[in-house]
Amino acid sequence: MSSATANAPAEPRAYHLPEEPHLHEGHSTMLGFWMYLMSDCLIFAILFATYAVLGGSYAGGPGPKDLFDLNLIALNTAMLLFSSITYGFAMLAMEKNRISATQGWLFVTLLFGGAFLFIELYEFSHLIHEGAGPTRSAFLSSFFTLVGTHGLHVTFGSIWLVTLMVQVAKKGLIPANKRRLMCLSMFWHFLDVIWIGVFTFVYLMGVLR
Amino acid sequence: MSDAVHSHNAHGHGADHHDDHHEEGAHGSFRSYMIGFALSVILTAIPFWLVMTGTLADAQVTGFIILAFAAVQVVVHMIYFLHMNSRVEGGWSFMAMMLTIVLVVIVLSGSMWVMYHLNANMMPHADMQMDMGSTQEMRMSNEMSEMP
Repeated sequence: MSSATANAPAEPRAYHLPEEPHLHEGHSTMLGFWMYLMSDCLIFAILFATYAVLGGSYAGGPGPKDLFDLNLIALNTAMLLFSSITYGFAMLAMEKNRISATQGWLFVTLLFGGAFLFIELYEFSHLIHEGAGPTRSAFLSSFFTLVGTHGLHVTFGSIWLVTLMVQVAKKGLIPANKRRLMCLSMFWHFLDVIWIGVFTFVYLMGVLR
Repeated sequence: MSDAVHSHNAHGHGADHHDDHHEEGAHGSFRSYMIGFALSVILTAIPFWLVMTGTLADAQVTGFIILAFAAVQVVVHMIYFLHMNSRVEGGWSFMAMMLTIVLVVIVLSGSMWVMYHLNANMMPHADMQMDMGSTQEMRMSNEMSEMP
């Protein structure tokens, strides 16, 4: 030990702070947004669990078999699936820095998203007019909460989409806008994943029940 | 010497982040999107077809099959649309997803397990449930809960 201290002065001891890595702006945005999506996933998990528990309590009212029109749901599912692939095309156009192609595909995505919302609202109003509104039974309350929350997400996603189209039109495909478009891409595809759960667990299983 | 090591590390980190964002990260190719889309269409169409035509007589078997299709389709979406793999963001996205899946499984299976048992125990005629299957039990308890 004494020999070690005796040898040390030859070389003055220096302490270095590790150099901060030079991270570009927004380097953690994607991971942060992914964390948000995962927490959103937990919200949907709770709503799915609520529906799983209450989905059989019809309170003497109509059940899924009487209410759900699978043709309509199949159409709705197709709309959301098409919007997913067209958003994918928008991302591919964005990678090649083609502004008009990106905007075009975003607009097509918006149309499909709008069609989805229109069909869903039609279904909801139809149900409410039939007297099967959210107040009718525990089954319908949990149904409207779950599917309505998903629809609300699609609504906000559509608003976000319009916002980004304006941003891209004004400022072009700058890195910040690309990052935003990538976040919305994750959000949009995530909603499609949730919809898989909805059409399988709520509609198809409901009709089977 | 330590300086050299540190600067090397810092550089290494920078390179990792670069890779994450621009090469293996957020985008797919036209081909991968089309594969994902085609798989999704198939994996969506089959469950709808099974339920709408009632091809399989047994509802429970059909239920298990469409749940399996949904699970596969979720994985397809994760890989081809969300470009998820264990390397994105240095594995942190994947870890977050795994934690979420564990929590979702606990929440869903736990709720159903507890609440279905609670429903069964709420039956007024406890002696009647001895010789009934669990599904019948559930249907009965549902009918009970519907009563005003």
